[in-house]
Amino acid sequence: MSDRHPVLTMTAISKLFPGVRALDGVDLRLFPGEVHALMGENGAGKSTLIKVLTGVYGTDSGTIALDGAEVSFSGPMQATAAGVSTVYQEVNLLPNLSVAENIYIGREPRRLGAVNWREMRRRAQELLARIDLNIDVTELLGSYSLAVQQMVAIARAVDIRARVLILDEPTSSLDADEVAQLMRIMRQLRDDGIAIIFVTHFLDQVYAIADRITVLRNGRLVGEYLTSELPQIALVEKMIGKELDALERLDEATSGDDRAALEQGTPLVAADGLGRSGSVAPFSLTIHQGEVVGLAGLLGSGRTEVARLFFGADRADAGRLAVDGTPVTIRNPVAAIDRDIAFCSENRRTEGLVGELSVRENIILAMQASRGWLRPVPRRRQDELVQHWIKALSIRPADPEMPVRNLSGGNQQKVLLARWLITEPRLLILDEPTRGIDIGAKTEIQRLVAQLSDGGMAVLFISAELEEVLRLSHKVAVMRDRQLVSELTNDDTLDAARIMQAIASGSSQEGTVPA
Amino acid sequence: MSTARARLAGVTGHRLFWPLVVLLLLLVANVIYRPSFLSVELKNGHLYGSLVDIVRLSAPLILVALGMSLVIATGGIDLSVGAVAAVSGAVACLYISKQPDQNSLAVVLTAVALGFGVALLLGVWNGILVAGIGIQPIIATLILMVAGRGLAQLIAEGQIITINSDPYKVIGVGHLLTLPFAIVIALAVTLLVAVLTRRTALGMIIESVGGNAEASRLAGIRSRRITFLVYVVSAACAAIAGFMMTANVSSADGNAVGLWVELDAILAVVIGGTALAGGRFYLGGSVIGALLIQTLTTSVYAMNIDPQTSLLFKAVVVIVVCLIQAPAFRARFRRRRSVPVTPVEPVGTEKEQVPA
Repeated sequence: MSDRHPVLTMTAISKLFPGVRALDGVDLRLFPGEVHALMGENGAGKSTLIKVLTGVYGTDSGTIALDGAEVSFSGPMQATAAGVSTVYQEVNLLPNLSVAENIYIGREPRRLGAVNWREMRRRAQELLARIDLNIDVTELLGSYSLAVQQMVAIARAVDIRARVLILDEPTSSLDADEVAQLMRIMRQLRDDGIAIIFVTHFLDQVYAIADRITVLRNGRLVGEYLTSELPQIALVEKMIGKELDALERLDEATSGDDRAALEQGTPLVAADGLGRSGSVAPFSLTIHQGEVVGLAGLLGSGRTEVARLFFGADRADAGRLAVDGTPVTIRNPVAAIDRDIAFCSENRRTEGLVGELSVRENIILAMQASRGWLRPVPRRRQDELVQHWIKALSIRPADPEMPVRNLSGGNQQKVLLARWLITEPRLLILDEPTRGIDIGAKTEIQRLVAQLSDGGMAVLFISAELEEVLRLSHKVAVMRDRQLVSELTNDDTLDAARIMQAIASGSSQEGTVPA
Repeated sequence: MSTARARLAGVTGHRLFWPLVVLLLLLVANVIYRPSFLSVELKNGHLYGSLVDIVRLSAPLILVALGMSLVIATGGIDLSVGAVAAVSGAVACLYISKQPDQNSLAVVLTAVALGFGVALLLGVWNGILVAGIGIQPIIATLILMVAGRGLAQLIAEGQIITINSDPYKVIGVGHLLTLPFAIVIALAVTLLVAVLTRRTALGMIIESVGGNAEASRLAGIRSRRITFLVYVVSAACAAIAGFMMTANVSSADGNAVGLWVELDAILAVVIGGTALAGGRFYLGGSVIGALLIQTLTTSVYAMNIDPQTSLLFKAVVVIVVCLIQAPAFRARFRRRRSVPVTPVEPVGTEKEQVPA
């Protein structure tokens, strides 16, 4: 491959956001006719790199060269015109227009100033036939499946003389057949000499199609590798990294005996073949009182989906769930809350807090909701609770009447935690509670989790950071490609390497817990 | 100096500052045009005067705006309030007109109860469409906005129902403790809605649903019930407004009662500081907004502004109010005026002169 010239070279790209170095001296080379996987966990800088490339963001330093000539795009339109097209995860086409209109919008074939509809349909049909997609181009785009829409988006992208095609998580909402179809098209385009940047969370897909892999972590380049020379386990290791453990180790009080005691009796929550098609494959998992169950896996592996089923945020369409040994149906969050289950979403802004409301209102929201609006929490009681938790979690600024959107991420996370803690749940589900917050707040939250479980609360702890999962959990369930693939007891022998192995290979020979 | 400036900034930054300034300017303009404008006299134990008239005439709009505030706070909108007012007014008037003794208090109370009941049903209908079926509020309530007028016509059999009922008339033009009865009703309903939303947790829960529906659902709020409820409350408010409007003229005209009141109400709510996107709502602001709009309407008539231009005049004032309230517009205005003086000031605390 080195005998060819790269079509695209990004050199020493850096990008600063207020308080964050999103990209720090990242390089990327892309050759014609290759599929190049861009890998990294959340916050690694993948999307920022793509946005810098397509001109959505400017760079703070570094150069981008297309065919050896330095370029700097002022926006996606200009990038597209120069041959760099992007297809995003959420198809950014217009479902209420026809397929043909979607392909040619903004560049309709014209005759005497008027749109030449017949020509447009003919060209659209031809274009789609090239990728073996034979559909009625006069139908509304929205009437086709997401996979077809995705392919139409790709067809549109490559029709604009694309030489570089960026696919940003194109497969995350597709089923297996659709993925296969998409991959076939990717291979075809690759053989036509188009260079494809492929962003995905699915390891199998990377190994099925990518020629080379560039791994980013925390805004830095980890390296560029030939797929054939990088085993899956090594890739996972490079993506997750072995963070130097700056935090003090929490008390590992859980010896084998305690562990056995913990598992005595009826589990607090037991999922048996629980699943939801298109979301997460059926899984079984038990959580006992006072137990911290870690849920490990890469982003998009189905961790959040598991949590949402437990909480009733999504409705399960398979399997059974039992609370205290009694079978229950949790159809919605209200039903989960009634059974003392609490859920802190990873998307604090969109699924957690109401930004406009104050810290106080956000903290009492869940408690108020379960009381019903006719029985307001007395103001004095509100103030007591809020003051207590602002102090206990050191929420800053300590102003209960501050709109919560003005708080930093870590403090928002604490507000969300406080909301659920005042409801005194028996099972607390924490989805990435420490993501994107500073190290101090992170330690505080970890310590709190340990304290809560010592006090008898069950915790389902979801995190991409294996060290954190290891430090806190009694047992670790591993997710991979929307399946629960392994359940590992956190004894002295369990370390990050074994979890990584489970993430990478889908099993861990000696680790699978016998029933 | 700096604390005085800060205090001034606090005052001018208040969301009701500009609506109140405009309201004041309108009153001043009226006084200039007619110096007796401000005089209020007590005749036969009743208050009379232009100011009292304005507040009395504002009463139906205030009522509708109260309900509208709650609907808008959930991120919805209710276009059907005018039609609901017309239907409930028509039902009440029809019942009275069929009775031998139109002056019986029992008859009037029954009529009002009937009209109110029908309005609640219409509110339930809106609530089912929006919260139950999930139709977009603007479409769902548009249905009743159109159909409700037809319903009012059907009830009146295409006629204008005229009645001759003194107790019913009281709702519109009567007096209680020197005050016009309509003002008393508006005051009472305002207090009732304020207590209903602010003394219970309803107000916060409405704001939560409007501010972030998904987060509210995941916090265990049954947001559909709340959404349903606000449409019922809105219809109830519209019904009382409908009684006032029909009582004012002792007749019910299905085509004219509450015509375009939904638009005035939406304006009043927006002027009062509640965002159409939903979230925080301000009942006091909506009342001020309603007063401002009614003052404007009354001024246009009182000052003999050419009827052909009166609507345009109203529109201009409304645009000015909305613009000077918009943070983006004020920021641009401020930047142009004082770039070197104040580098960064948080939005909402700036101070500038009244334009025009």
